Amino acid sequence: MHSKTLMLSGLALLISTFTTSTRANESTPQTPSTYVIGYLELDAAIDKRYSDKQLYAKYLGQALGRPFAGAEVALKEVKYHGKALGLNFALEKATAKDSADLGTQLETLKQKGAKFILTDLPASDLATLAQSTRDQELALLNISAPDDSLRQTDCQPNLYHLLPNYAMQTDALAQFLVSHKWQSVLELVGQLPADDQWAQAFERSAKRFGLKITEKKSFVLSNDPRERDQNNVALLTGGDQAVIFIADSQGEFARQVPYHTLKPNLVVGAEGLTTGAWHWSWERHGAPQLNKRFEKKADRAMSSTDWAAWMGVKTIAEAVQIKNTTDFKTLTEYFTAPDTAMDGFKGNGVSFRAWDHQLRQPLLLHTHNAVIDRAPLKGFLHQINNLDTLGFDERESTCKF
Amino acid sequence: MSLKSMIKLALLSTCLTLSSASFAKDTGYIFVSSEKDHSVTVLDGKTFAVVKTIQTSERPRHLAFNPDHTQIYAACGDGESIDIIDIAKLEAVDKIGNIEDPEAFDLSLDGKAMYISLEDDGALGILDLASKKMTKEIEVGEEPEGVLTHPNGKTVFVTSEVANMVHVIDVEKGEAVADIVVGKRPRRLAITPDQQHLWVTSELDASISIIDLTNNTVLHKIKFEPKGFRREDVTPVGIAMTKEGKTAYVGMGRANRVAKVDVASREVQDYILVGERAWNVSFNADESLLFAVNGLSDDVSVIDVASNKVLKSVPVGRVPYMALVD
Repeated sequence: MHSKTLMLSGLALLISTFTTSTRANESTPQTPSTYVIGYLELDAAIDKRYSDKQLYAKYLGQALGRPFAGAEVALKEVKYHGKALGLNFALEKATAKDSADLGTQLETLKQKGAKFILTDLPASDLATLAQSTRDQELALLNISAPDDSLRQTDCQPNLYHLLPNYAMQTDALAQFLVSHKWQSVLELVGQLPADDQWAQAFERSAKRFGLKITEKKSFVLSNDPRERDQNNVALLTGGDQAVIFIADSQGEFARQVPYHTLKPNLVVGAEGLTTGAWHWSWERHGAPQLNKRFEKKADRAMSSTDWAAWMGVKTIAEAVQIKNTTDFKTLTEYFTAPDTAMDGFKGNGVSFRAWDHQLRQPLLLHTHNAVIDRAPLKGFLHQINNLDTLGFDERESTCKF
Repeated sequence: MSLKSMIKLALLSTCLTLSSASFAKDTGYIFVSSEKDHSVTVLDGKTFAVVKTIQTSERPRHLAFNPDHTQIYAACGDGESIDIIDIAKLEAVDKIGNIEDPEAFDLSLDGKAMYISLEDDGALGILDLASKKMTKEIEVGEEPEGVLTHPNGKTVFVTSEVANMVHVIDVEKGEAVADIVVGKRPRRLAITPDQQHLWVTSELDASISIIDLTNNTVLHKIKFEPKGFRREDVTPVGIAMTKEGKTAYVGMGRANRVAKVDVASREVQDYILVGERAWNVSFNADESLLFAVNGLSDDVSVIDVASNKVLKSVPVGRVPYMALVD
């Protein structure tokens, strides 16, 4: 089992397959083996989340580049984690030219020895891939799809999530609004399916924490005067509310909402104040050092998806270090064990929820250039782990593996 | 007295082996570095009133005396320098520049070399203080943090926050001879006077790992469980052990307490309420007082060691890091 999961490079692989198993088992730390971590993404021409135009705009809370750089930064941090086992960790990236090519690329990674594969994929592709590999000794680590569906009806036993989902994000936001007694909220929703998911998550959070949604309106991104009741921010925001929540997964409309409102309302959600796994202005728990390392590597600021990729590599290496094995089952059991607490540089130790494989973690409530607070907020308590006040707790989970 | 006055911190316990040939001024001053004010606040040892605020390079953190207590070395992270403070003048008189993000360090027994954790490089640097040159960089795990010179002078211990390890460095060989996995995010170190055991605080494990130095393995873990706190809110960092090695005091970070630990039995005897995010802790010369530096309430708690009571909370600069007592 142990030797099976080791990836011996080049000639060494050929030799070991022709010798007895004892030889592989006796591999000494003097000849480090390579432990391959896979990374699967879609070509930038297909994955619109990383189009030049989208990245250029730097919409609040969105990716600032491809998250692979996060994984690379983590790889350097874990250079000692495999020492006791004589292992060096390595990253193997595969880029699929379209959705249909994903299966082939996944096979390539598996052939290189990868059992853990970071996936930078939109939810629909990831759901299909996870479904088709659900019985394999393989773990897919989602680093960029926030969709609640992947944690609920589309959950899979081989699918783990590093990025916080919409429900976690809106719970964090709701805790903040309730703490400030800014309880009446106008909800603005875009036309995209992801906008709708985000809005539904917010409505669930509003109910959970006692916010009052005064009105829900849909907006359209247009200049057509015939649609002005839906494209004119002043006309959209005339009601009586303390705060405007905007669900705009694409971001272009949202960035024009603050300062165009009829009244001096605060804006939260896709603009103003948002929630994420990470922000470059976070200064505590070792964050400045991590931000610096990332900026050195990627020549840009670190965002939530970068953190998710970074954390993905860290979880695997940390499991190997702590359990002192590469046995797949032992490692995945560590992910969800009740006393697991991995270091995400956000204070509380993080671990995967056993019921839906979502990484429980603190969230950062941030503007464009400052972290305003960290969720869970003071006073929001949970009987076991306060981090489980964010997102789907066990009793709410509809996930069945 | 001069011998006594030299040993303020467990970090400096190495000085025990030195002769008493020093020229300590015994000012009794308390020097507190503040990360966000780029200054070291000097407090009177009796009244705790501010005597002076010494401007330093940006983000001073770890502080240590030179062997004869005439100067203080201050590692300034963003200033990328080691500032040298003259105790008689109470001002920064010199600096060693071009050191990327220095944080914690310890000195060689003769005071000629500084062993310094270089966070950005993932290395332990050896700095020759006379020539101000980095003579060697020894690769260790990322984000090296606490540094402690073994009283034998030949070995240096350094923690790596990210690798969850203590590296045992043979200074002459210039390499790690052992890498010991300890509790998560290891921060600071103290060695028992008999040199048998190394105590390592782990910020994310709410624990101290006790390493048996005869075989470099973790022998025991002390778990900190102050009443009413969850594990994630207990984040031990700073440690100070008495000269006789009887008692250790440990800053509990976000649990806003200082733990008192009986070294022989390894039992936690008390949790003393202090300010917010108590990190580093240090004794005065006769170990009658302990100073806990509270990073998030910008003050220092003065603890009476005999009664385990806080006598006073003294405001200092923004985000204070550690206190050093002359």
